[in-house]
Amino acid sequence: MKESDKKVVESSVAQSSEPKPATVAPVTETSNPVTAVASEAAGPTPDFSKFKPSNALLKQREWKSRIMAGVIGLAFVVAMIPLISLLWTTIARGVKRLNLNFLTFNMSGVIGGMPTPSGGHGGIEHAIIGTLEVTLGAILISVPVGLMCAIYLTEYARGSKFAKAISLLVNVMSGIPSIVAGLFAFSLFAILMGPGVSNGFEGSVALSILMIPTVVNSSVEMLRIVPDDLREASYALGVTKSRTIVKVVLRTALPGIVSGVILAIARVIGETAPLLMTAGFIVTTNWNLFSGQMTTLPVFVYQEYSKMSVTCPPNAGPGCVASIPSERSWAAALVLIAIVLVLNLIGRLVQRLFSVETK
Amino acid sequence: MHSTKLKRLIAVVSSFAMMAALSACGDNTPVDSSSASKGKNSGISGEFHGAGASSQQGAVEAWIATYQNHNRNAKIAYNPSGSGAGVSTFLTGATAWAGTDAPLNDQQIEQSKTICKSGSAFDVPVYVSPIAVMFNLKGISGQGKHLNMDAAVIARIFDGKITQWNDEAIKAENPKVNLPATPITVVHRSDKSGTTNNFTSYLKAAAPNDWGFQPQENWPNEVGQAAKGTDGVVSSIGQADGTIGYADLAKAGTFGTVSVKVGADYVAPASDAAAKTVNASPLHAVPKGSKRVVVNVEYATTVAGDYPIVSSSYAVACPAYKDAKTGAFVRDWLSYVLSDSGQKVAADNTGSAALGGALTQKALKSVNTIQAK
Amino acid sequence: MANTSESSSAGQAMPVAVGQISAGLSAPGGGGTDGRRNGLDFSDAKPGRHSQDKIFHAVAVGCGALILVALGAVVLFLLLRAWPIFAGPQAKTSAVFASLSGGKAHGFWQYVGPLVFGTVVIAALALAIAFFVAVGVALFITFYARKRIQTVLNYVVDLLAAIPSVIYGLWGALVLVPATYPFWNWVSAHLGWIPLFAGPAANPPRTVASAAVILAIMIMPIITSMTRDIFAATPRLNQEAALALGATKWEMIKLTALPFAKSGMVSASMLALGRALGETMAVMMVLSPGMTYSWHWLQASKSQTIAANIAAQYPEADSLGVSALIATGLVLFVITFVVNLLARRITRKGGAR
Repeated sequence: MKESDKKVVESSVAQSSEPKPATVAPVTETSNPVTAVASEAAGPTPDFSKFKPSNALLKQREWKSRIMAGVIGLAFVVAMIPLISLLWTTIARGVKRLNLNFLTFNMSGVIGGMPTPSGGHGGIEHAIIGTLEVTLGAILISVPVGLMCAIYLTEYARGSKFAKAISLLVNVMSGIPSIVAGLFAFSLFAILMGPGVSNGFEGSVALSILMIPTVVNSSVEMLRIVPDDLREASYALGVTKSRTIVKVVLRTALPGIVSGVILAIARVIGETAPLLMTAGFIVTTNWNLFSGQMTTLPVFVYQEYSKMSVTCPPNAGPGCVASIPSERSWAAALVLIAIVLVLNLIGRLVQRLFSVETK
Repeated sequence: MHSTKLKRLIAVVSSFAMMAALSACGDNTPVDSSSASKGKNSGISGEFHGAGASSQQGAVEAWIATYQNHNRNAKIAYNPSGSGAGVSTFLTGATAWAGTDAPLNDQQIEQSKTICKSGSAFDVPVYVSPIAVMFNLKGISGQGKHLNMDAAVIARIFDGKITQWNDEAIKAENPKVNLPATPITVVHRSDKSGTTNNFTSYLKAAAPNDWGFQPQENWPNEVGQAAKGTDGVVSSIGQADGTIGYADLAKAGTFGTVSVKVGADYVAPASDAAAKTVNASPLHAVPKGSKRVVVNVEYATTVAGDYPIVSSSYAVACPAYKDAKTGAFVRDWLSYVLSDSGQKVAADNTGSAALGGALTQKALKSVNTIQAK
Repeated sequence: MANTSESSSAGQAMPVAVGQISAGLSAPGGGGTDGRRNGLDFSDAKPGRHSQDKIFHAVAVGCGALILVALGAVVLFLLLRAWPIFAGPQAKTSAVFASLSGGKAHGFWQYVGPLVFGTVVIAALALAIAFFVAVGVALFITFYARKRIQTVLNYVVDLLAAIPSVIYGLWGALVLVPATYPFWNWVSAHLGWIPLFAGPAANPPRTVASAAVILAIMIMPIITSMTRDIFAATPRLNQEAALALGATKWEMIKLTALPFAKSGMVSASMLALGRALGETMAVMMVLSPGMTYSWHWLQASKSQTIAANIAAQYPEADSLGVSALIATGLVLFVITFVVNLLARRITRKGGAR
C-alpha cells in the first residue's frame, strides 16, 4: 500500500473512535473502502476475558507467541529460498552472454553455434525493439481507454447500475487468463483480416486486454483519493466539470496514475503465451508494428529454451558453442528481469513523489 | 498535466529509439549493396517468409545464412511455428513456402488451389534425419555406446511392459552388458509431432504384435513422461538415471543410443544409414495432386545396413505463384536446399542425413517446374 | 454537501479494497456511493461550455461501455472461431479430438474433462501450498520486520510479483525439477501409503506436485502483497488495546489482524487462484502432461492444464484443431470468470460484515 494511503487509513481510524456528527463525513470517506469498514465496525471486539492472569498460563502464552514468531519467520525463510535461487541462477547464468554485442545485434545470419561476423553469437536487439513496440502499442490502446473508464466510474457514474456493471466486468476482465487474451486477438484478426495474419499490433491488442483492467483499477483508486474539497472548490469558481476533471482531479492524481500504469506495463511486458500465437517469431529486426512478425523478449527466451542446444559441425573448431541457445535464453531472461526491475523502480519513484505532493 | 505525461512518454520512447538507432541495424550479415559484387547475385531480391516445422529450424537457419551469402538482396525469414500452423499460414498465401513433417492431406491440396496461381501445392522432402532411441543409464550409456534391441523389445519398453533395465528380454540381446536393476523411465513427446508419427509408424510396422496403437502424431499411452519438443525430451532424459526416449540423432550428445535389429544384424543410428533407407523407400503411389514427392518410408526394412527409424520433413510450394518474384525465389531457394551443397550445410549443422540420388532428382524435377515468370 | 449522510452510509457498505496496483488484481470499491458528490452541478449553469462537457462525458461513457464491448468481443470472437468444432460433422470433429488426445478422446467433453480436472487440481494445490507461506510472509513483513527492512521487503515482493512467468518456467524446468527429486522420492517412500503420494516418484519429477510448487512460488507474492496491505491497515487502536491488556504478540495478531483481514485474505487467494488457473508457460515448461483423472501427484503424465495444453498443441494444430483448442479456452474463461465473481462476492460480504 502506498504511504499516503496508509496515512489516510490511520488518520481516519483515529477519527473513528470519536463520536462524530453524522452530517460531517470525513473527507476521505470514500477514498478507501477500508476506511469505511474500519470506521463502522472498528474490527471485531477483542475478547478481553481471555486475559485472566495466572503465572503458568502467562508462560504458556508467551511460549506460544514465540513459537508462532518462529513459524512465521520460518515461512519467510521458506519463501525466500526459491526466490533467491531464481534470481541468483538467472544472474549467474545470464551474465555469461550478456555484453554489448548481445544487446546490439539480432539473430540473422546466425548458424547454429558458430560465431557471427561481428564476433558474437547472435543477440536480442530485434527482441528488445519488438518488446518495446508491442508494449507501446498496448499502452496507447489501454491507457486512454482505461483512464477514461476510470474517470467515468469515479466522476460521472458513482453507484449507477451501469457503473456497477462495468466495475464488475473490469474485475472479471482482470482475471482473463493471458492465453485466452491471446486466443481472442488471434481470432479477432483471423476473422477480420483473414487467416494467417500475424503482426506486432495483434500482440498489442492481446496485451491491452490484459492491461486495461489493471489501468482502470489503479486509476480508480487514485482518483478516489483526490479530496472532494478540490472538486468543489473548482466548481465553486465556475469551472466546468470536464475542465475540473482534467485540470484538477487528474492533475492531483497523475503521479499515482502514472506509477500505476508503469506497474501495469511491468506486468504485461513479460507476457509470453499470448505473443507466441499473435506476434510470431522472426530472427531479423522489424520496426513496423503493423506488418510482419515481431519477436519479443519473453518469446525469445522461450524459443531459445526450446532449442536448448545446437549441433556443431565436426570441423567447427573451438568457436562453436553447442549450448549457446540456453545461454542466450538465460541472458535474455536477465535483460527481461532488469527491464521489469527498472520499470518497478520508476513506478515506486513516481509514487514517492506523489506522497510528497499531497502534503 | 496530461501533456507532461505525454512528453515523458515521448522522451522515454525516443531515448529508446535513439539507443536502437545508435546500435546500427543489428543484422549480422552485411547488407550493403556494394558487397554484392563479392558473391554471385542471382537477381533474387525482396523479403520472403516461410513458416512451419520446428524440426527443420536449425537446417533452415543454416540454409538462409549460406543462401544469403550469394543472394544478398533476398531477405528470408522462417518462423518455426510448427507444421500445422506453418501449412495453415501457407494456405492463406501469407508465406512463400512451408515446412511440414506430415505430407499434405487431400483437403489441404484442394485448399491450395485458391492461393496458387495455377495447379495445386506440392511437397518435396528436404530434410531427413535419423531418430535415435537414446537412453541415460549410469555406467552403461555414453557417447557412441549402444545397446542392442529389436523392434519388439522397444515396443514393449515404450508400452510400459518392460519396466526394468535388467529385464530378461534386454539381457538376452545384450549378453555382454551388466545391466542394473534401475527402473525404466520412458520419455516421449507431449506435443503433436512428426517425430512421434515416424516412431510409432516404425513400431507398428516392425513389431505389430507388441505395439497395439495406430501410427499417430500424438503419443497414444500414458507410460512414463511426456516432454514438449525434441529438446524437452532430450533434457528430460538428461535429468534422471534410467530414462529412455526418442529424438533426432544429432541431439544424442553423451547419451547411449539403441542399435536396432534390422534383418539379422543390429544397426546403430547414423545419418548415412538413414539416408540409405529413405533412398531405397518407395514413393507414395497415388497421392492426390501432382508433382508431389512423398516418401513411404520402409520402416520394416530388412536390408542390411539400413537404419529404419527416420523422420522425413517436407517443403511445401506452389507450382506457380500469383507474384512471379516469389515464384522465382522459391524455385531458386528450394533448388539450393536440395543441392548437394545445401544438404551438406544442413548435415554439418544439424546432423541430418544428406539426401541425394534418385529421390532428390525427382524432387528437383518438381521444383524446377515452378514458374519463375 | 446535501447528501453526505447518504453517501457515507453507502460508503460503509463498500467492500474492503484489498486491491493493490502492484498486484494488478485489485477490486475497486465499485462505486458504492449513491448519488452525486456535489448537489450543485455548476457545469449546467454555464451554457457556453456545455458542449465541451458533453463531449468529455460522452467519451468517458464510451470508454466505460468499451469495457463491456471488449469483454463481449472476447466471448463473441472466441465463440465464432470455436464454432466449427461444435457445428462440424460428428465424424470429423471426433477425429480432431482423437488426434489431439492421441486417440483417448472422441468428443469435446471427453477431451476437456481431464483438462479441467488437471487445471483445478493443480491450481488448488498451488493455492494450498502458497496460502500459508504467503500469509506468514505478510505477517512477518507487517509485524516482525523492522521498518527499514520492511520497505526493502515490500519492494522485493512487488518485484517478484512482476517477474515474467517464462522465467519462472525456465528456472523451474532447469533448476527446481532436477533438484527436488530426492525430496519427492523421500515423500513417496514415507508417505506413499496416502494415495496422493503413491510412488514410485517420477524421475525427473515433472509432476503435478512440481507444477503446483512452481505455481505456488508464482502466486505467493500476489497473496503476500495483498494481505500485507490489509494487515497494515488493521486498526491501530485495537492492536494497542490488545497489547495493553497483556496480550502476547501472537494473541494480538490472532485477535485483531487475522479477523480484520479474513475476508481480504480469502479474496486475495481467490484472485491468486484465478491467476494460477490461467498460468501457461511455467506449467508447460515444467509439467509432463497426461489426460487422466488421477490423484497421484508424484507420478508423471497424469494431468495437464487447459492453458498449457493450448500453448503446447496450438503450433501443430490444423484449422479445426485450433477451433477445438479455442473451445477449451472458452471453458477456461468460464472457470476463471466464476472464480473472480466468487472472489468479489466474498469481498463484498466481508466488507458489509
